[in-house]
Amino acid sequence: MSHGNDVKSLVWGVVLLLLAACVPLVANGYWMSIALTIAMFTVLATSWALFSGPTHYISLATAAFFGVGGYLVGTGMSDYNVDFWTMVAIAPFVGAALAFLIGIATLRLSGVYFVIFTLGLAEMIRTLVSWIQNNFTGSRGLYVLTDLTEADIYLYLVGLAAAVYLVGWWVNRSRLGFALRIIGNDETVARHVGINTATSKVILFTFSGFVAALVGALIAPRYTYIEPNGVFSPEISFIVVIMALLGGTGRLWGPIVGVIPFALLQEFININYSNYSTLVLGIAFLVIVYFLPQGVVGRIEQALARRRRSTW
Amino acid sequence: MVATVLSVANATKRFGGLVAVNNLSFEVGQHEVMGIIGPNGSGKTTMMNLISGALKLSEGSISLEGRFISTLKANQINQRGIARTFQLVRVLPGLSVAENCMAGMVFGHRRLWGDQARYEAGKLLERVGLAGQEAVPVGSLTYIDQKRLELARALASNPKLLLLDEWLAGLNPTELQQGIDLVRSLRDEGITIILVEHVMDAIRSLCDRCIVMAAGSKIAEGSPGDVLADPEVIKVYIGEDI
Repeated sequence: MSHGNDVKSLVWGVVLLLLAACVPLVANGYWMSIALTIAMFTVLATSWALFSGPTHYISLATAAFFGVGGYLVGTGMSDYNVDFWTMVAIAPFVGAALAFLIGIATLRLSGVYFVIFTLGLAEMIRTLVSWIQNNFTGSRGLYVLTDLTEADIYLYLVGLAAAVYLVGWWVNRSRLGFALRIIGNDETVARHVGINTATSKVILFTFSGFVAALVGALIAPRYTYIEPNGVFSPEISFIVVIMALLGGTGRLWGPIVGVIPFALLQEFININYSNYSTLVLGIAFLVIVYFLPQGVVGRIEQALARRRRSTW
Repeated sequence: MVATVLSVANATKRFGGLVAVNNLSFEVGQHEVMGIIGPNGSGKTTMMNLISGALKLSEGSISLEGRFISTLKANQINQRGIARTFQLVRVLPGLSVAENCMAGMVFGHRRLWGDQARYEAGKLLERVGLAGQEAVPVGSLTYIDQKRLELARALASNPKLLLLDEWLAGLNPTELQQGIDLVRSLRDEGITIILVEHVMDAIRSLCDRCIVMAAGSKIAEGSPGDVLADPEVIKVYIGEDI
């Protein structure tokens, strides 16, 4: 990768972000709401892919971090009368701490064991939070009342997406990014070329937990009413994985290529065939595994490489 | 008297009830090429894994230039200056040839990055016979070229001690000769090497000294000519006279 390419992708990134920031000027309420969903999943899927893309560790714990963010804002504002922005400032650090602990606990796990463990842990946290709420705090739901509009939240998330892309861009150019790619190829080799595999993995996993919790906190006002079973829903984890894999995790901008069409598809299904949304999730997963193991972006790059070879 | 690079003292490794390496002691001096030979299952690769930190010792100690390394992790041992190749070749399929080579010099004993790492990788690939193949997909390299690449990755950290675990196994006669020549050139450069090998020609032509292992224990040590003529060694390899 040359410097020229880096600068070019940076310029492209800035242009696209500015365009994304203009969406509230043209979108009506309905499209604003879809744009908000897309922004939310773009941040979640991109930060998820920063860790899971190069290492191939499929984490299903996104909902745990997202839920912690949303729940903390809810309980902070409703139960303790804390200001929204204070909770937004606290939430990502709690999410990061949680991700750090999960990262440490799962260091020895790989493959399907890691997947199951993260899913189980997210479910456990959901159950635990529901149980605490039912038994100690007395109310089942929590209100998040602010005067933020969907357009406001959307702009915050676009800003956060910019930050995530910048971090991802930096990681990809750094030794840390190189280490993660080696880990994803062969962890034994990684250790034997001097990589502290534990540290590298935990740093990225903690970052993804930080971002997911921040997204959960920022988007809480959209729901107004926070319920643990909603914000901790495992479906969030699955959708993030599907979107990221659909787009492709080989490139920083891969996930968003999956996020936009999948979010639109889901919207379409929810309106017209609302009973079948889980079915669509399943079919999407099969399609990705069988036909697009490298994602749409990977497929396009393969085709381009073939064409370049054949025109020689 | 040459300086001692590696010193293994009373190394023992147990897997449950099985003693894979039994009270093994030896030293390797600077610029020395030492062979470990022995029948299949005699504990040679386990010994290599103990030195590189892939496995932990049950008893005993290993030190590099007088400092204990047997409690360290594999990545720390690599940083101290021990690099290895694997019995079953392990290249990184998702990385380019150049990146495979760079992987060895970014995090370990030597920590280069950026243009300097790319430049050094180019030189090393040329050195092992992979010049001009930087952009080839790793999966389409021939077996010996994958082995060359793995060697380049190990050399990339500029190690004090290089471990070659059956690096010559599985090569055809022509490749074998190229392989032996390549290892000999490393030897001529003064790199300290421990090699585990079944190819006796290679042992004879490359090693200054070798140890023979059988059932986890050392049964002979000395120059290749001497140990290969040792009746005890012949017995473990081809059995007793009838």
